Amino acid sequence: MNVDLSRRSFLKLAGAGAAATSLGAMGFGEAEAAVVAHVRPHKLTTTTETRNTCPYCSVACGVIIYSKGDLRKGEAADIIHIEGDADHPTNRGTLCPKGAALKDFVKSPTRLQYPMHRKPGSDKFERISWEDAFDRIARLMKDDRDANFVAANAAGVPVNRWTTVGMLAASATTNETAWATFKFAKALGIVGFDNQARV
Amino acid sequence: MTNSWTDIKNTDLVVVMGGNAAEAHPCGFKWVTEAKATRGAKLIVVDPRYTRTASVSDYYAPIRQGTDIAFLNGVMKYCIDNDKVQWDYMKAFTNASYLVKDGFGYQDGLFTGYDAEKRDYDKSTWDYVLGDDGFVVTDPALQHPRCVWNLLKAHLAPYTPEMVERICGTPKDKFLKVAEMISECSSPTKTMTSMYALGWTQHSSGSQNIRAMAMLQLILGNIGVRGGGMNALRGHSNIQGLTDLGLMSHLLTGYLTMPTEKDVDFTTYMSTRQFKPLRPGQTSYWQNYRKFMVSFQKAMWGDAARIDNDWAFNYLSKLDVPAYDVLRVFELMYAGKVNGYICQGFNPLLAFPNRDKNTKALSNLKWLVTMDPLDTETARFWENHGDFNPVDTASIQTEVFQLPTTCFAEEEGSLTNSGRWLQWHWAGGTPPGEAKHDTYIVAQIFLRMKEMYRNEGGAFPDPILNLSWDYADPNEPTPEELAKEINGRALTDLMDPANPMKVQVAAGKQILNFSQLRDDGSTMCGCWIYSGNFNEQGNNMARRDNHDPDDTGAYLGWSFAWPLNRRTLYNRASADLQGKPWDPSRKLLEWDGTKWAGYDVPDIAPTAKPDEIGPFIMNQEGTARLFSRGLMRDGPFPAHMEPFESPVANVFNPKMRGNPVSRVFQTDVAQMGLSDEFPYAATSYRLTEHFHYWTKHNRVNSALQPEFFVEISEELAEEKNIENGGWVRVWSKRGSVKAKAVVTKRIRPLMCDGKPVHVVGIPLHWGFTGSAKKGLGPNSLAPFVGDANIETPEYKAFLVNIESSTAPEEARV
Repeated sequence: MNVDLSRRSFLKLAGAGAAATSLGAMGFGEAEAAVVAHVRPHKLTTTTETRNTCPYCSVACGVIIYSKGDLRKGEAADIIHIEGDADHPTNRGTLCPKGAALKDFVKSPTRLQYPMHRKPGSDKFERISWEDAFDRIARLMKDDRDANFVAANAAGVPVNRWTTVGMLAASATTNETAWATFKFAKALGIVGFDNQARV
Repeated sequence: MTNSWTDIKNTDLVVVMGGNAAEAHPCGFKWVTEAKATRGAKLIVVDPRYTRTASVSDYYAPIRQGTDIAFLNGVMKYCIDNDKVQWDYMKAFTNASYLVKDGFGYQDGLFTGYDAEKRDYDKSTWDYVLGDDGFVVTDPALQHPRCVWNLLKAHLAPYTPEMVERICGTPKDKFLKVAEMISECSSPTKTMTSMYALGWTQHSSGSQNIRAMAMLQLILGNIGVRGGGMNALRGHSNIQGLTDLGLMSHLLTGYLTMPTEKDVDFTTYMSTRQFKPLRPGQTSYWQNYRKFMVSFQKAMWGDAARIDNDWAFNYLSKLDVPAYDVLRVFELMYAGKVNGYICQGFNPLLAFPNRDKNTKALSNLKWLVTMDPLDTETARFWENHGDFNPVDTASIQTEVFQLPTTCFAEEEGSLTNSGRWLQWHWAGGTPPGEAKHDTYIVAQIFLRMKEMYRNEGGAFPDPILNLSWDYADPNEPTPEELAKEINGRALTDLMDPANPMKVQVAAGKQILNFSQLRDDGSTMCGCWIYSGNFNEQGNNMARRDNHDPDDTGAYLGWSFAWPLNRRTLYNRASADLQGKPWDPSRKLLEWDGTKWAGYDVPDIAPTAKPDEIGPFIMNQEGTARLFSRGLMRDGPFPAHMEPFESPVANVFNPKMRGNPVSRVFQTDVAQMGLSDEFPYAATSYRLTEHFHYWTKHNRVNSALQPEFFVEISEELAEEKNIENGGWVRVWSKRGSVKAKAVVTKRIRPLMCDGKPVHVVGIPLHWGFTGSAKKGLGPNSLAPFVGDANIETPEYKAFLVNIESSTAPEEARV
């Protein structure tokens, strides 16, 4: 090629049905141009590309998410493909057997869709609204904290411990989510607070 | 990791021990392949199983799980005995020459000061001799019998190749070959890297496994250099970040520590955190602790943290135990002392050892909240699944809320990888159904509780009512807002210390990095080690310049690495006492007569003279510690300890069981098995096709590895009449599982102390939710005991029995 054209913008051009003559003008020979011209449009052509990171191990491979629709334009976005980011210095586009199947994680049949509630002794989950779930959880937590908070030890030193409620934080969440979670748990006095680092 | 994934290409020798990077971290392992292909680097694997990492190694040596300390102590002894030490590095950059107090010693497998009743040591003799000037007395000639070097040599003396073979089951010739290959890296121009993971941490003496390798790397001069280092391959995408941010019982952010009951006020708390240098002129960077702590309190509680209320010090909990770690919390839950529990993206029913105990513990809860993108076994712990979850549903009175969250693809923010790179990512898809961001869920519960405390009062509402929650939309803080809080900002105009007339940072502006933090309440900063992540230059975590001048593997323009965008920790140690690189072909930094400069952000004050200031600036010594004083509970030197459940006795003290200072709960003592009843040495592991208990939810990975199996040797299969592909039952003192048997040459019996030891491999990826076949895993079998320092459960070495069997209920087709 005699023009500086990245692989992806080339695919967009080709997929948009650029005429064989214009491909020829870019330095393709007749034969190659003929091949390109009858290839069906690349299915990623009209998608939105988003830079992301594989959520599995700590190598943190760069990935590109392809979606129909653009969140930045306020549209709904349906993820149709995920592949390795060739610009990423660590993985340089490669993915392992887990990362290569990331779309199936995002779209797995057991992705949760709605808040669910299981009553004591029940053998099933039932739908609950977010508002009802939040109200009920906040009330359970407040009542337990008020009943069991250890304000001071025997010597009268303030110790502010709430040991009857614990929390596990997720080491697949972002640092920003983690900071919000940290503030929440430590301000409440939850001392039984850990993440996967210990296991 | 002290180094980064891309730096591995600079190495001459990779030692994979306590990990299996080719299968568990495949795209990072690519850099091992790169080093082999382009530098002629060699790969050594030491593992009980002939893993896929071993299959591409230059040399493989088998080892019995739980005996790595003996192996590594043997390698250290070999290096010292054969003059394979990088002497100039070791003498200048470690505490080898420091004198240790009289009284410290080691006998019969125990260090001085052991109290069997308390399962703890009196560590008062585990310390340096201090001179009248308050500094440690040293003998740079290394002649004094009480200097660290001579004590270390005495400590290592028993670890001969014969002893290594006796304990580890590694044939002497194989051990010697590994030791010889490693010892060659004592040359200043040869470097070795250590890549390890949970194969080293999941032991009752896990911290000491890692310490032993760190000491070996110091003796060889391999810390702080390109292609060297101690490289922990972390298991989750942001386990590094959550630890850095202090989401642990005993931590605050940036490795500030939670107060204990002894810290009655802020002054007392700070009195044990002074970090005065132990050698003249040394940096001892933790002397800045107060600046980081006050700025943290300001980030948490804003104007409510004032000098006249000890910066709201009393808002923090004070611990009465070392930590309310997960094992302690589940023990309390088992005893009926926990009422409610929140599991955010965590599946403890499968993740914590002794599943039967976990089930009973969860059943004692009044309520459980789970937040996860996927269905989990924990959320359904009350549901009967035959042999796969044999519970009496009706009798479980726990109220459960299962809250659907977004996954990585639907959210924005940063993750910290093993190499400490904070990489920003963007949302690419709409969440399914009513799934919400975790920040939204946390905010909703928090704001409701805050409102209740405002209206109703209640137990100590102050830290809740005053928690900084100053977000544009308090219902859902944005990732950018949170990242800026983590970075920190000036609360009043900060004047330049060098020019008091000049404003360094105007009030309200983001600080450049933690060097601008103050202890007078004029700055706030959520996590000091991350500061610089999002300053007035913008979101540095989102940087994507992938240029790499001179191909060093540093990538300084890509994302942001903590601290200060530094890519290799202790990098000043890559140069000698004149500031010249030990290996000119692998320069990282160089002293130009006035300052340090090179390919990385110097891990030292830029004008610190090379012959005066030591490279280990976080230590009070300025040097690295071959002798760790009283900083670890189980000894200042790594000593061989058997797992709690071991097929053989400890050769140093046959009466000693496991780590002598590990915490063992009374309820678990009766559930420890002995080798006469449970003769086989089990270990857990991951498969390359699966990630924990997530990928069994997706059809591709479930098709690749559809069902639970255990792996045994041909010899054991023959002995127990087990067929390849047939059903077996594996059981321990705590539980029983049924699995398909994979009979393999990858596992071979080992001869330990004259006795054959058979290894049983148990992968961990199955449960009763998702697309794969239902199965059980190692947590049904493993003991409820952890590492003495950090309470990581002993998943990698425990005892089981095995017999051929029939299919489990629900699997019979």
